[in-house]
Amino acid sequence: MSLRRVAVVGAGMTKFVRRAKETAPELTYQATKMALDSCEMTLPQIDCVVHGTGPDAFDGVHMKAEYLSAGSGGFRKPFMRNYVGGGTGVFAPIQGWYHIASGMFDTCLVVCEEKMSSCQPHPQAAFITIFDHTTERPLGPNLLWIFAIEMERYMSVHKIPLEEIALVSVKNKKNALDHPSALLGADLTVEDIMNSEVLAWPVHRLMVSPVTDGAVAVVLAAEHIAKRITDKPVWIEGVGWSLDTSYWTSRDLYYPKYVESAAKMAYRMAGISDPRKEIHVVEPYDPFAYKELHHLEGLLLCEKGQAPKITAKGITQRNGSMPVCPSGGLLGVGNPIAAAGLMKVCEIFWQLRGEAGKRQVSNEPRRGLAQAWGDLMQVGTVIILGR
Amino acid sequence: MPIDPKKLGGTGISESEFRSKKLSCVKYTPTAKYAWDTGVGIGRYLAELKNGKLIGRKCEHCNKVLVPPRMFCEWCFKPTSKWVYLKDTGRVNTFSLCYVRWDMVRLKDPEIPAVIEIDGSDGGILHLLREVDPKKVKVGMRVKAVWKPENERTGAITDIKYFKPI
Repeated sequence: MSLRRVAVVGAGMTKFVRRAKETAPELTYQATKMALDSCEMTLPQIDCVVHGTGPDAFDGVHMKAEYLSAGSGGFRKPFMRNYVGGGTGVFAPIQGWYHIASGMFDTCLVVCEEKMSSCQPHPQAAFITIFDHTTERPLGPNLLWIFAIEMERYMSVHKIPLEEIALVSVKNKKNALDHPSALLGADLTVEDIMNSEVLAWPVHRLMVSPVTDGAVAVVLAAEHIAKRITDKPVWIEGVGWSLDTSYWTSRDLYYPKYVESAAKMAYRMAGISDPRKEIHVVEPYDPFAYKELHHLEGLLLCEKGQAPKITAKGITQRNGSMPVCPSGGLLGVGNPIAAAGLMKVCEIFWQLRGEAGKRQVSNEPRRGLAQAWGDLMQVGTVIILGR
Repeated sequence: MPIDPKKLGGTGISESEFRSKKLSCVKYTPTAKYAWDTGVGIGRYLAELKNGKLIGRKCEHCNKVLVPPRMFCEWCFKPTSKWVYLKDTGRVNTFSLCYVRWDMVRLKDPEIPAVIEIDGSDGGILHLLREVDPKKVKVGMRVKAVWKPENERTGAITDIKYFKPI
């Protein structure tokens, strides 16, 4: 493919909070301004804006991204919105990437935001309309059913004990203590996780990240501009995205095939043939503890059923040979739906530049991967960054 | 440069602050009502549920019986060919014991959603399990549908009240 090289040159994010005082445009502006300031750029230098934000139903505002455009800088210039559920945070920079890689634009601002707290009494009221209106909704489902059902299938097929899944919560919440934006950083034990309230068996309260408000932004630039802005550009080396069917009851949920498809697309583009050796730091999507494991396997970073074992061995700790979620992930930092994935991209950006502070992993990574997931267990989005 | 914690945006407010009179807040309830067509495939599915039967749709090319029935097979992207009556028994593929409602109100006795592989098909459907001790539910368990009496069936997935172990 003769596409132009694109780099991430700046990043910014707000604190992730349970309910933000700021309105969505205010929150968006904070993250966007921080990203621009981080690379000393101004809005007039931005050629186009890509915005990922969750369903209009969360905010009760029709055309939500357009409503936010003052805060994202997405006005009087080319603008595109995308939404693929939780996959958005990694899909948005992919969309930004092809804006520049195509040669149409030289700089792009990628902004992701979510303010879920406005939806009363709980954003689930909007979420549950994801279930089929005729064959599923009359049964009174709630969103937790989906994850609990997938988790049970994963555990049952591979015979994984719950304690091994709890290790992910322990690791990520501990890692999050070093993230300035984190909502859920905590020093907990496996016992604390196992003793937390059972919401929907096998999901315990401390294995799931709650409703969160937050915004994140990154600045992308074409190669000739990136090299003028920073001496540490982080190149986008691979992108992949894939969607599975909504007939989820006809799919075997033990393995995320759609994540594998997205990962293969990204590995092919990056020229990676041995991801376990060539990816040095990973941020897979972890809204639930078991999802980090489920996704590591879908990303082909370990054998099916083996992710719990490598976690137990400490391989995925910050000082391990393949650190996973050094940011603290969604379990530790929080889960503002469309923004969470971009938080992970920022983490890979900072890790590759040696700017992650106390969260810095010890294996001097040169290549990292961020992955997000969403919809009805359907979408996989993958981005590979390198120095 | 690394994040400067003092300069981060996003100010958290607590639930009690939000509900108190100290912060201003505006409320709105949208009017959103829908009437959905059931479509060809699901239309027949519901009609057969009213008759006390489960029905699927055969894809000749993939040699699979799809349930819930659809008029095209998403795998080979061809039209499906014929209707196939299914049994109302099956096997639990996966399940959950859910102790919360959608609005996070706690339930004393759990709801038990499950994906049930329906005998005679190559698919599964979402439904509820009842008349079973939650601790005894297992992947692989054999279950059978418990139907509403004929005069109470309306042509809905709830014409099956739940599945129970056999």
